[in-house]
Amino acid sequence: MYIYTEFDDAFIKARNSQFRNQVKRRVDGNLTEDEFKPLRLMNGLYLQLHAYMLRVAIPYGTLNSSQMEKLALIADRWDKGYGHFTTRQNIQFNWPKLNDVPDILDALAEVKMHAIQTSGNTIRNVTADHFSGAAAEESLDPRPYAELIRQWSTDHPEFQFLPRKFKVAITGSKNDRAVIRAHDIGLRLLRRKEKLGFEIIVGGGLGRTPMIGKVIHEFLPVSDILPYLEAVVSVWNTLGRRDNKYKARIKITVHEHGVKFIKQLVQKRYNEIRSTFTGVDPNLLTQIESAFAPPIFKSADTTGFKCTYENDAIFRSWVDTNTQKHKESDYAITSISLKTHGKTPGDASSEQMRLIADIARLYAHDEIRISHEQNIILPHVHKSDLPRVYDLLRTKNLNTANIGLISDIIACPGMDYCALATARSIPIAQEISMRFDDLKLEHEVGHIQIKISGCINACGHHHVGHIGILGLDRAGVENYQITLGGDATETAKIGERAGPGFSAEQIVPAVERIILAYLDIRMNKSESFIETFHRLGIAPFKKALYPNLKQSLKIENQGKAA
Amino acid sequence: MSNTQSNKVITANHLLIGNVVYLNSQFDWVNSLSDAKVFTNETSIEEAIINANSQQHEVVGVYSINIDLLNETITPKHFREQFRNKGPSNYNHGKQSEV
Amino acid sequence: MNKIVSDLGFRSLDNIIIYENWSNFSESATSIDLPLDADLSLFKGNLNKFKIIRIDFPTFADGRGFTLAKLIRIRGFTGHLRAKGHIISDQYAMLRRSGFDDVEISQNLAERQPEAEWLFRSNWKKHYYQNRLGFNKC
Repeated sequence: MYIYTEFDDAFIKARNSQFRNQVKRRVDGNLTEDEFKPLRLMNGLYLQLHAYMLRVAIPYGTLNSSQMEKLALIADRWDKGYGHFTTRQNIQFNWPKLNDVPDILDALAEVKMHAIQTSGNTIRNVTADHFSGAAAEESLDPRPYAELIRQWSTDHPEFQFLPRKFKVAITGSKNDRAVIRAHDIGLRLLRRKEKLGFEIIVGGGLGRTPMIGKVIHEFLPVSDILPYLEAVVSVWNTLGRRDNKYKARIKITVHEHGVKFIKQLVQKRYNEIRSTFTGVDPNLLTQIESAFAPPIFKSADTTGFKCTYENDAIFRSWVDTNTQKHKESDYAITSISLKTHGKTPGDASSEQMRLIADIARLYAHDEIRISHEQNIILPHVHKSDLPRVYDLLRTKNLNTANIGLISDIIACPGMDYCALATARSIPIAQEISMRFDDLKLEHEVGHIQIKISGCINACGHHHVGHIGILGLDRAGVENYQITLGGDATETAKIGERAGPGFSAEQIVPAVERIILAYLDIRMNKSESFIETFHRLGIAPFKKALYPNLKQSLKIENQGKAA
Repeated sequence: MSNTQSNKVITANHLLIGNVVYLNSQFDWVNSLSDAKVFTNETSIEEAIINANSQQHEVVGVYSINIDLLNETITPKHFREQFRNKGPSNYNHGKQSEV
Repeated sequence: MNKIVSDLGFRSLDNIIIYENWSNFSESATSIDLPLDADLSLFKGNLNKFKIIRIDFPTFADGRGFTLAKLIRIRGFTGHLRAKGHIISDQYAMLRRSGFDDVEISQNLAERQPEAEWLFRSNWKKHYYQNRLGFNKC
């Protein structure tokens, strides 16, 4: 992974001292809250319902054991002993005190981490395919470019006061594990006739008006990516609406002007900007690329693993659900579930973090990833080490074998923490997870993605869930709307609204009805939920959800959803 | 218009700690909702908010919330403010754990 | 009295400049006030007929002024570029890097943002990622 140079270290040091000074001026009264707010947001510090919240950047979701240990230390020393991993591959601490934050940032700097631009109207963390550099399918590792874009966007003089936030996601595979079609800019790294370039997708986004992004450039040579991104953000900075917060994202700008027109503006701006760009220093580029070279894979006997796999049913079950094929045949991409039944999705205690750090150091070439699905990935584990890894994970309750199953739920913090939320999401996730554990149906149901958002901002990505749940406030009571058939992959799709919402007491039985309907109408066990949905459409699931709904009400709701 | 319709208290977050606080009748910020001043008059609450907003060195994000006053017990009307007065539902953190 | 902020700190306005408006300026105008949403394409001549262009920042949270300044420089303006309005010291390096030469602030703002705060951010050439990555012409 990327190793900080003196430049990077010096930058963070200066940045932290600036923030320490800003906190002091706020406390002294020389900065009003209106002036301080964008500055603290630029440094990742939110104010939530019960406390401040610090969002620490994990660039493209990659970190090593020392960094994970530092996060554990921060949780213990300045927070309440845990952290929350997010759908943008970052970590959130829910209880920091304002005066401690400069110290937390200094602690982060010791391990080359920061909280820069994880909030505010800035360019945010560039997220990446969490299987980069390990996936068995044909793919390129996009992370050198993610790092380049990170540096380019850091403290960009022109782009610290944008119309709204700006999110970039990058992949190097046809299989999109980074949800690039639901980002302001989605980048797919590909090779065309020996040349490396990007397919560029613009104007995707979830939230109030979910949209799938549109291709703005089919193949841009990699050497041009920085001036091109600069042109896109520059055009949007000028054009993006500032009169209406809900219409400020680039997806609305593209929607209102048309992608053709935007492409013309971008091309024009790009031509001007290109003349100011002398190209990235080849030495810098080489240094970045070499930092992402694959580890030196080892050779070892896998007989022990095969034996354990054959004889230990519980270990086998975990391997089957939680590991994926690695490009090296004797290695496995290993997912650590942070979705223990009944626990908060994405949360890890400091003890768990330290254990993961140890395992990574001993058995995983010291590389850890955070997925946007709020789980932890060890991308490179030799199969011979899997039994030992499993035993260690068990000691801290990190061995739940549910990756990709119904209890592997994505959920935003919701109204338990977030000031923007309209309903709670965590209790719903916990109840669904426990219900299907109780029913012992998880493996029967197979692969399904439930995603829950506690408000219309859709941080839980509910629009692209196979089952999406949106928590709203209906006449002063929490109410949950269901969408069906969403897709977060390369066949990205926004889910369809099923009908009227359900109360907190009714939502879990409603989800159960959907699942029972699926089990009933699927062709066979190998047809997944989403495949059944594609084959039969929403009608049978609507019927299961609303068995008593009159025909006229159905039509009325269909009209509303249109 | 009945008085109980317009019962309000003023709330904010403590600047340094970040925790939920309420304005009391001495115009100090306190942790406990039961010590909050109940406003029944729109004018006086607007004045109090303007005043509170100028106390930027103590609190952040001042606003008023609707409450029910029953037998001298103050309860926020909306569930969001009930949660704010209690804490998150997944851990014993926040106001429910304040001594 | 307004102050001018540069890399060396504060100084008072040394002479009164009459700025004409972008929407309606005379043939002989050399000092121009630009709103931050000015459409540069409306101007057909050479920007270098102006000695000084001043861009207004009605609120520090609206970042269009930075892009406007960048464009003005890319299109070859070599004169003096000044930012004016509600600007905080934390934006000083961003302004210099976007192509501004200095900043004009009110007496009021100067009192809340004393000179030391601006000087604290005046080493704008250091820790400059974009410059290091090759955005270093113009």
